[in-house]
Amino acid sequence: MKDVFVSSSPHIHSPEDIPWIMRQVVYALIPGALVGVYFFGLPAIKVIAVSMVSCVLVEALWQKAMKTRIQVNDWSAALTGLLLAMNLPAGCPWWMVAIGSAVAIVFGKQVYGGLGSNPFNPALVARIFLLISFPVAMTTWPQPRPFFTQTADAVTGATPLGALKTAIFEHQTVTAAPPIDLMDPFLGNIGGSLGEISALALILGGLYLIIRRIITWHTPVAFLGTVAVFTGVLWKIDPNIYAAPAFHLVTGGLMLGAFFMATDYVTTPISTRGKVVFGIGCGLITVIIRIWGGYPEGVAFSILIMNALVPLINRATQPKRFGAQA
Amino acid sequence: MSAFKGGVHPPEEKALVRDKAIETFPLSPLYHVLVQQHLGAPARPIVKAGDQVKKGQVLTEPMGFVSVPVHAPTSGRVRDVGKMVHPVTGLLSPCIVIEADGNDEWADGLPLERDPFSMAKDEFLEAIRNAGIVGMGGATFPTHVKLSPPEGKSIDTLIINGVECEPYLSSDHRLMLEEPEKVIKGTKVAMRVLGLDRAVIAIEGNKPDAVRVMKEKAPREIQVSSLAVKYPQGSEKQLIKALTNREVPSGGLPMDVGTVVQNAGTAAAIWDACSSGIPLIERITSVTGRGVRDPKNIRVRVGTVVRDVIEFCGGLEGAAKIIFGGPMMGIAQFTQEIPVMKGTSGILVLTEKDTNISDYSACISCGRCVEACPMGLIPSTLSKLGERGMWEEASKIGLMDCIECGCCTYVCPARRPIVHFIKHLKALSRAAASKKKGA
Repeated sequence: MKDVFVSSSPHIHSPEDIPWIMRQVVYALIPGALVGVYFFGLPAIKVIAVSMVSCVLVEALWQKAMKTRIQVNDWSAALTGLLLAMNLPAGCPWWMVAIGSAVAIVFGKQVYGGLGSNPFNPALVARIFLLISFPVAMTTWPQPRPFFTQTADAVTGATPLGALKTAIFEHQTVTAAPPIDLMDPFLGNIGGSLGEISALALILGGLYLIIRRIITWHTPVAFLGTVAVFTGVLWKIDPNIYAAPAFHLVTGGLMLGAFFMATDYVTTPISTRGKVVFGIGCGLITVIIRIWGGYPEGVAFSILIMNALVPLINRATQPKRFGAQA
Repeated sequence: MSAFKGGVHPPEEKALVRDKAIETFPLSPLYHVLVQQHLGAPARPIVKAGDQVKKGQVLTEPMGFVSVPVHAPTSGRVRDVGKMVHPVTGLLSPCIVIEADGNDEWADGLPLERDPFSMAKDEFLEAIRNAGIVGMGGATFPTHVKLSPPEGKSIDTLIINGVECEPYLSSDHRLMLEEPEKVIKGTKVAMRVLGLDRAVIAIEGNKPDAVRVMKEKAPREIQVSSLAVKYPQGSEKQLIKALTNREVPSGGLPMDVGTVVQNAGTAAAIWDACSSGIPLIERITSVTGRGVRDPKNIRVRVGTVVRDVIEFCGGLEGAAKIIFGGPMMGIAQFTQEIPVMKGTSGILVLTEKDTNISDYSACISCGRCVEACPMGLIPSTLSKLGERGMWEEASKIGLMDCIECGCCTYVCPARRPIVHFIKHLKALSRAAASKKKGA
């Protein structure tokens, strides 16, 4: 007899491993990324490519320098790169994207010990780092134009949420903001980060993740539901000061955040109840920042703040043990 | 009907042996009967090298209530009272080696002719204990102990476990198809012992033929229940929960919720013991997996060497793992020179493709293990504590509640050997406890 293997039970394993899961999330992001490429053209392709390549490269170099196992083939760095790209304006210069990638991998992930140990979503850490370091470039939003009609000098303008904030600030009413057809943000025909503009494409990707059982519906439903209810109540109180919930749902980074960032395994709660708490917290903070905060958008901040609370949420939402004495 | 929380759906892989009728394994020239084939207090050999023994003759004397004897699987001569690798512990363990004389002659008086239903409760328990009967699903806890609830524990439910939720295995399935009367009569004996007027035979829904046969044969007081197909449906606590919606308390036993569970094979053995005094010297086992050429269900004597069993089934082909039991909870073996035991429900030979031989990485907190855990534990945290040997911390979050079913490890995308870590922690905890006791 040849040598046989001896190990502890179980001796069989589900085929779904980490690289497979990470690939599914990459696939699910493709519709949103394609809409970005369609409306922002070649610059969007450049940002995506630079971000993904630099993330993988930085991670490989770091692991080589630290003499740990090179694990870039687990697809997590590639996914972080794609998520970061989708959180950036398409007009970002390549070096800024590369800096962001390095920050995501090194300060967002590896300094804590690599995949599994990071408390904050690496792509969002990088996004916020870039927003604070390069505020102008990070808030210069190219306006969407169908592919093939783009010119070298992209027209820039405000995002719907930015326009809303300006209207409130200057005229104390949301009615002063330029009117917008909600089909535009639903399909992606608006200014914004390259991967956040189409609610439809992101919902499709999110549904794919739910059907494939990569994520459960709890986080996105809790997150989106909280935003809808919170903004809905305010809108009922005074529609002159507060925008409609439908507007809040389809604009900004909400869909990208709710389906792809607030569902990141490593940085969010482990139990279903914890996920609901996390989603509700994200929704509340997002609305508070959007309406009373200094920034027009609050999704990224809300997720990072809730990331910090995950250990507490995990402790408070432990599953009920079988046979536990009441 | 309620269900239990969690669980997984591994590929069933039952088709390899499900439809194969039980074959009787021929008489071997040599048997290796391990002295310790039950969970509990040890037993002491009462034969010595050179003794002549008959089939069914008692070879050991139990030391304590939670202990049972083993018996000679055939007639012949005791060659040696030595040591052999124990398939459960992996250690050398006392073993009685018997050279068969080929006559296969019963010990005096066996098989008995008696009407078991004229027996008193104590006579039943005596017969079951003397026959060396243990839980044949794999746990090997002495059956007479399970059937003797202490004063104050009233039992209202008897469950006969024919769920067989482990992938690949079909030994209980074949037993229920081919010898349903034995299972039912054994169930009746167990009912009599417990003073119950009804019982439930539980079978997983993926064995509709067994459900049908048992329903046909079962009298009205024995209900046959077809259960949802979900691993670990056959785990005692989960089975009780699914059938009665009662939860065995943490650290407690089924009898704490008025329930006794016996494996279907055990029920058949109970009938043999009570009706004719035949001790537990053979069992039905599935020899299966793609690493063995001709998978079979066999009726095999306890003490038969696994190498011979595998030869009987066409030998190995691309074998990567030899497992006693099923793929979820079975024990990997490092040699074929080990004997079949009372609790050997299957001999599973997996190819490299069908098993999981891979490195593991850090936990990514995906929560799949939490969702899969039928005991409501957080396996990811236990595994991290396991890496550091922190058994005291782990004890606070339910370490000892873990039933080692393997669901968490089956679903873990980081391939973390969570059950391994948990077993390690339990061993540390037990070592600390016994040290404390000794000091």
